[in-house]
Amino acid sequence: MLKPTRVTNSIRALRFARGEMTQADLADRIGVTRQTIIAIEQGRYSPSLEMAFQIAQVFGVPLDEVFQYSDGEGERK
Amino acid sequence: MTSADMTSEEKNTWVYAVVTFCSYGAYLAIILGRARGIPLTAVHYVGPMLWSIGGAILASILGHVAVGIAWPKDCDKKDQRDREIHQFGEYIGQSFAVIGGVAALVLSMAEVAHFWIANAIYLGFVLSALLGSAAKLVAYRRGFQSC
Repeated sequence: MLKPTRVTNSIRALRFARGEMTQADLADRIGVTRQTIIAIEQGRYSPSLEMAFQIAQVFGVPLDEVFQYSDGEGERK
Repeated sequence: MTSADMTSEEKNTWVYAVVTFCSYGAYLAIILGRARGIPLTAVHYVGPMLWSIGGAILASILGHVAVGIAWPKDCDKKDQRDREIHQFGEYIGQSFAVIGGVAALVLSMAEVAHFWIANAIYLGFVLSALLGSAAKLVAYRRGFQSC
């Protein structure tokens, strides 16, 4: 369960593009702790699909503008 | 790492781990102190063990109350990540509770002194709590990806 994730995100950039929304503001809007937003931004926690949609909804963008899945070297072809 | 970087659940996990460690350490110090010159199985362990367990429960409750008073804004804020990390820690920790139970079963079948049976169970609970807490703290600090 403590494995690196290939999911990356643009939350930090999106927050700054939305008038420098703070991590605390975003956390309040989706009902999680600020530390969870920090962990997601730093790739230390992958949110559930529902939480991912909630984050995308706050920014008013599609899910794949917030989260990206990078192809790793070890991926099966 | 500052207190602002920690959720109330992480602070409570620290409290639980420290209290468990200290209470078991105090218990061991008392038992080993009483065992000078006499065999361990002759030591009166029941009182210190009950005081250690009771003291740990009380200290944990007081510690959680103190965390709530010191950081009232974060109090009772628990989200999905906290719940997932809690489950992960409990899953890791429960293996030692099972090992303690199995050890006690084997010891009682071998009809060894009650001292060893009680201490095997107690050690199992302590290791379960410590390992579970350590797993949670690592998950909070280094990251946690649910499978």
